[in-house]
Amino acid sequence: MPLPFERPIEDLEAKIRDMQAYSAEQEIDLTDEVTALQTRLDRLKKDTFENLTRWQRVQVARAPGRPTGLDYLTHAFEGFQELHGDRTLGDDPAMVTGLAELGGRQVVVVAQQKGRDTKENITRNFGMSHPSGYRKAMRMFDLADKFRLPVVCLIDTPGAYPGLAAEEQGQAWVIAESIRRMSRLQVPAISVVIGEGGSGGALAIGVANRVLILENSIYSVISPESCAAILWRDAGEAERAAEALRLTARDLIELDVVDRIIDEPLGGAHNGRDEAMANVKRVLIEELEALVGLSSAELIERRYDRFRALGRFSLAA
Amino acid sequence: MALERLFRRNRPTRKEDDNSPAGLWLKCDACNAQIYRKDLVANLHVCPECSHHYRMPVDARIAMLADEGTFVQWSGGIQADDPLEFVDTQSYAERMEKNRQKHGRPDAIVTGGALMGGHSVGLVVMDFFFLGGSMGSVVGEEIALAAERSAQEGRALVAITASGGARMQEGALSLMQMAKTTVALERLAARRLPYISVLTDPTTGGVTASFATLGDVIFAEPKALVSFAGPRVIQQTIRQDLPEGFQRSEFLLQKGMIDDVVHRRELKTRVADVLRALMAGLQEPTTEAVRAAAV
Repeated sequence: MPLPFERPIEDLEAKIRDMQAYSAEQEIDLTDEVTALQTRLDRLKKDTFENLTRWQRVQVARAPGRPTGLDYLTHAFEGFQELHGDRTLGDDPAMVTGLAELGGRQVVVVAQQKGRDTKENITRNFGMSHPSGYRKAMRMFDLADKFRLPVVCLIDTPGAYPGLAAEEQGQAWVIAESIRRMSRLQVPAISVVIGEGGSGGALAIGVANRVLILENSIYSVISPESCAAILWRDAGEAERAAEALRLTARDLIELDVVDRIIDEPLGGAHNGRDEAMANVKRVLIEELEALVGLSSAELIERRYDRFRALGRFSLAA
Repeated sequence: MALERLFRRNRPTRKEDDNSPAGLWLKCDACNAQIYRKDLVANLHVCPECSHHYRMPVDARIAMLADEGTFVQWSGGIQADDPLEFVDTQSYAERMEKNRQKHGRPDAIVTGGALMGGHSVGLVVMDFFFLGGSMGSVVGEEIALAAERSAQEGRALVAITASGGARMQEGALSLMQMAKTTVALERLAARRLPYISVLTDPTTGGVTASFATLGDVIFAEPKALVSFAGPRVIQQTIRQDLPEGFQRSEFLLQKGMIDDVVHRRELKTRVADVLRALMAGLQEPTTEAVRAAAV
């Protein structure tokens, strides 16, 4: 299923396929025509994807087929060993954690996991964690510190789950604790927003030395739909809210919320999964390399400085 | 139309941070009792009949907590930018200007140094009446500055929270204040200085999910709404009614999320008692000091 704005691209691709089939069937040489259409297709893709509105990027960030946490863990990382459970209440399928290697270096991984189809989405609660998910993440941070392993977090959630049990079990408390736990990590930590960075539920695993974001990912204080419902009393105004919230990678690098943008192939990560995952892997290895030589004190201090500096204000009039 | 206007003019005007009509009497929101306005104010904005805790203006809150004449304000030196040039039904810049005029402070927070029952503290008081006490860059910065300064001056930190959460109009920068305030609290922890948070009605969203719930000891005022997601959001998600008292202080106490529910009248004493107890171990003379004294 193409995204709404991808339809012209899809149509043109279909046309090219038809022409190629016709040419083969009728044994007519249509090379020039096909080449011309191909050029047009490339230009159309480029025009579309280089000029996405913020709302369109929200759609790409949530697109079916976009690589999820587990896709990265099994393709960009090697030897992924999943470790389950929060040792208190249960195991949260919306938060996948464990051990993996990255370019030969052993790391601890924490990844938010949306479903790749409807059935999995229900199991994974659409990537919305309960408190147990954040407690599991904190267990991993403890392991990382104890065994001196760097931490890589993959952020992809609409937000922490706003449900009855989640509230009873202290959703706010575990998010706050996870933020604090990450800020205390004695080992290098890198977070990558691979899809949707939804509010506090995303930040809970985002207090890293370096925060990276894929080109078409978003990171926001509130979803455009909820923002619209509050400010315009109409969730249908989500497009307007997305524009107002400045939630794209390019916006966020200007605000210093993220440190580096990772390129996606033309057409978005959902249309070039392997390339997107390879890009993430390459950048992660490079970023990790730059951090592993630092002392615990330096890592904590740099994390402090990074987050302490965020915000924009002026001297009072 | 004309008639309506005539009536409207006669209606008592009401300030947002004023729990009562301009008249001398008001009807309690909780028990419907007729209360003399001056009694309510004298009773720390708690209904003398039913103990319903009204949201409290910042100045009254500081007066109630700080030992008389000891509060010295720290906050107020900075004001919000409009980094997103955010416009909803009005522009963020306009909205902030109106709020600054109306409340006479740059943003939804007041911090300062004070003595509290003789203890030297940094005091953070959020102002719910200022844009819902929402946390943007300035609120986050003032909290971080207060935490750092308290650490530097060897003071405990006491935070009175009241907030709708992170401020949407500053986007992801507001979200980042959750991390900023949290890391700043580490400066206190490093010096073993207590941090006490007091949750008042309402404390929700990104404020609850950061510094508000990180207190060494957490108190809440009676029946305060304290939540991550608001009740309406949860209702929309699960499509069923919420149990009685859900997300209120007493419920949180029962669930093990806070240390106690404390009546406003007792609050200052309870905080001071905890501060004294927590710091007692650290203030005991060290072996070296005892030896030095003996020499």
